[in-house]
Amino acid sequence: MSRLSIIGITIVTVFVLVAIFAPWIAPQDIGATNLSMRYIGPSSAHWFGTDSTGRDIFSRVVFGARISLEVGIIVVVVSALVGTSIGAVAGFYSGWVDRFLSGYLFNVFLAFPGLLLAIALVAFLGAGLNKLILALCIIGWVGYARLIRAQVLKVREYDFVQAARALGAGDLRILFLHILPNAIQPLIVQASLGMAGAVLSEASLSFLGLGVPPPAPSWGVMIEEARDLSTLQAAPHALIFPGLAIALTVLAFNFVGDGLREYLDPRQRRR
Amino acid sequence: MRHKLLGLLRRAGILILVVWTVVSLVTILIELVPGDPAAAVLGDQATAEQLAQFRAKHGLDRPPFFFGFPREANGQRHPRWYGFDNRYADYWVAILHGDLGSSFRTDRPVLELILERYPATIELAIAAMLIAIGIAIPLGVVAGKNRGTWLDNGLSVIALVGISLPSFVIGPMLVYLFAVKLGWVAPSGRFDWSDIILPAFTLGAALSAILTRMVRSSVIEELNEGYVRTARAKGLSERTVVYKHVLKNGLIPVVTVLGLQLGVLLAGAIITEKIFGWPGLGLLLVEDGIGKRDFSVVQGCVLAISTTYIIANTLTDMIYRWLDPRIRVS
Repeated sequence: MSRLSIIGITIVTVFVLVAIFAPWIAPQDIGATNLSMRYIGPSSAHWFGTDSTGRDIFSRVVFGARISLEVGIIVVVVSALVGTSIGAVAGFYSGWVDRFLSGYLFNVFLAFPGLLLAIALVAFLGAGLNKLILALCIIGWVGYARLIRAQVLKVREYDFVQAARALGAGDLRILFLHILPNAIQPLIVQASLGMAGAVLSEASLSFLGLGVPPPAPSWGVMIEEARDLSTLQAAPHALIFPGLAIALTVLAFNFVGDGLREYLDPRQRRR
Repeated sequence: MRHKLLGLLRRAGILILVVWTVVSLVTILIELVPGDPAAAVLGDQATAEQLAQFRAKHGLDRPPFFFGFPREANGQRHPRWYGFDNRYADYWVAILHGDLGSSFRTDRPVLELILERYPATIELAIAAMLIAIGIAIPLGVVAGKNRGTWLDNGLSVIALVGISLPSFVIGPMLVYLFAVKLGWVAPSGRFDWSDIILPAFTLGAALSAILTRMVRSSVIEELNEGYVRTARAKGLSERTVVYKHVLKNGLIPVVTVLGLQLGVLLAGAIITEKIFGWPGLGLLLVEDGIGKRDFSVVQGCVLAISTTYIIANTLTDMIYRWLDPRIRVS
């Protein structure tokens, strides 16, 4: 274990705990506005200060972790399931199935810059948490599909697969019981990096006004609200704390992903 | 030779298929709008007559595709064939004539709007790239030469932070520091030459971090090559060895990443342009298109950005194959 992945795991653990226990951790009501208390700097009463309507930024950052975690987990799980199924079919059957899936379908989804496709989908579907999650899943699955296809292509040539076939095992049994369990390891790395990507994309779309609508304490929304000039002038902390939260979370998942990659691939370990 | 030609044809075929699908997806995006797009654009106040007029003007009263499952008077759905009299075919005919339709709001041709904003986005993307290269090459070389020292570790951490900090965090922080606190530059707009500095830096920050890591590992790899020993043995200064020999060879993979990143920059420019009010394609998409529910503008922008992205990636791929024969063979 490298030092960076330990830092990563620590931050991820804190992030998950904060998200789960948000109602007990947050000291104040996240929606309670109080115009006489606006733009207050960090203090013992308001650890991260207050924003332009006097809401407690610490409580909002804490609840923001919930939104990020929810989006991240759903997007990663759904994309990984869909991607793994399609990738496994492409790798296992090869031939024209593979030529259609990896030669055409994967290329189409890779041809769009991911964020642009998500923006386009949400722009037409309308903003909202569920639509944002749907859009992120639509752009997310192809990374897993490509990975699993390559893995399945490799594993299906191994002797134990030939042996299983010689013993009379069917396609589905071979694919699910013999190939996938041996092909799935790199998926963990991809999932960890995918969490970082999903958290970042959710914040980006919410920042653009295409994600979770404003009163909700999404980190992207908080940054969007904090960046007008009068707020920047009076309360830069309203920008800095949600910004730090995003950066630390993304950084931590990237550290964990890199650490896992090194751990799972002994060839990289000694560098 | 024949093999090469076939490979080229196959790649061109896939490219055409991909572009066709991307355009098709964009044209039918409007079907995703919940309810009636005309009502979404005109609002609740619009009369039935206004709605009908709007639909007729933008072809929204016509069938969307060659076939469909329209709800009939008795409430049931049956498949129906419309033939070539549909919006999808119209869209293709128009595109091939260089017509992207007209804005739902201002009636101006969408192509005109896009061409007006395109140069600003390209300018921003190129400036971001130059800044990223300017930062990454010296830092990457320093880190690679001093591998494993505190200097290298420090630079690596900075690069990681640069990758993890999203532009919508860096951008407003730069605005706070340089526009609000120091007052050196304007917080937004595109009027003075200095206005490009902050947006370009914001857009280029993540790329410079990625490039720094690449230059570093490239330099480390090349420093182990035999020609470096030869160069040192014949008495060249370390400076000449690194900057004249190592860097020249080490930059090949970096060039490819640059090409691929041009497309990423174009997409990333959407957020940067919004932060700084930079009047490019991204701002057109977000403010005039999505903000005002002007769906034809959104379609046009998505089309323009994704086509540029696809072309940039294809060109990079071709240049890379041409540069590095090892890939050409495999």
